[in-house]
Amino acid sequence: MTDSSRDWPLYEIFIRARAGLDHKHVGSLHATDAMMAIEHARDLYTRRQEGVSIWAVRSSDIVASDPADADALFEPARDKVYRHPTFYDIPEEVKTL
Amino acid sequence: MTPHCRYVLRLADTSLILAQRLGEWIGHAPAIEEDLGLANVSLDLLGQARMLLSYAAELEGRGRSEDDLAYLREESEFLNATLVEQPNGDFGQTIVRQFLIDAWQLELYEWLQESKDPRLAEIAAKAVKETRYHLRYSAGWLVRLGDGTEVSHARVQDALERLWPFTGELFAADAVDHEVAQAGIGPAPESLLPGWSARIGAVLSGSRLAVPPTTPFGWHGKRGQHSEHLGHVLAEMQSLHRAHPGAIW
Repeated sequence: MTDSSRDWPLYEIFIRARAGLDHKHVGSLHATDAMMAIEHARDLYTRRQEGVSIWAVRSSDIVASDPADADALFEPARDKVYRHPTFYDIPEEVKTL
Repeated sequence: MTPHCRYVLRLADTSLILAQRLGEWIGHAPAIEEDLGLANVSLDLLGQARMLLSYAAELEGRGRSEDDLAYLREESEFLNATLVEQPNGDFGQTIVRQFLIDAWQLELYEWLQESKDPRLAEIAAKAVKETRYHLRYSAGWLVRLGDGTEVSHARVQDALERLWPFTGELFAADAVDHEVAQAGIGPAPESLLPGWSARIGAVLSGSRLAVPPTTPFGWHGKRGQHSEHLGHVLAEMQSLHRAHPGAIW
């Protein structure tokens, strides 16, 4: 094994397990191009029938929030429990909501 | 051995020896992703070989199993196409060999899905889906390498010229082929040539690769006359079973 794959761009792989479900992030891999990313994802992540659909996204194209901003981004939501719709009375007849 | 049985054995051995060759890459491929890619193709081919060998053993009717056929036959009893026993060479040469055989197997299995032999039709219906993926994989790499750098282009062009002479055998009919074609069990080999040429021609021109001229060929692996390479493949593949008969894990 050589290290040539280290020069290949990294792709994040998302797999949809069944029709109707959403794509879930399963991991990442190296590939030279988009088509190879799909093929590698098929070989790496669906060989035991884990999925029916694959998304591949260049890792460098993902914009992520900065962990250092966590206080500013997420802390303000903590004391706003009224945003959870727990104050409604649900009629008995309503089975699924 | 009937022509029918010999024909099935030819298909089985071609998949088996190619599976063994691809297995040699495990742990040596250019990237771990390719390690898995090549191993997956190898396992598909091994699965095809197992179904075909079991069927050949039944047709033979001498009480031999798929393992007996895989591990206890001598070199001259193997009937694979000479192309698949050729050494892996570099990654480019492996891809060229794979591409040439994938395109042929796809034509073959598409035909065999309609075979009058229901067992072969059933095996082909499963194999054709696998083979479509194999061709997508090998054609993808051929374009990347052929249309890649100066070095990669030169290497795959060189591999193409080296392996091209072995493709003649795939389309040359002998007595066994005539018999199975007449019975509607298998295609006339030459009838697969136009479809194969069209498939590979499209990819080769997109890879800036030149189709080598057709040359006479002197190999008849499907009749048991092999190049010098098959003996080494068999020595490795069969040594464990011969040293420890019936070993399992």
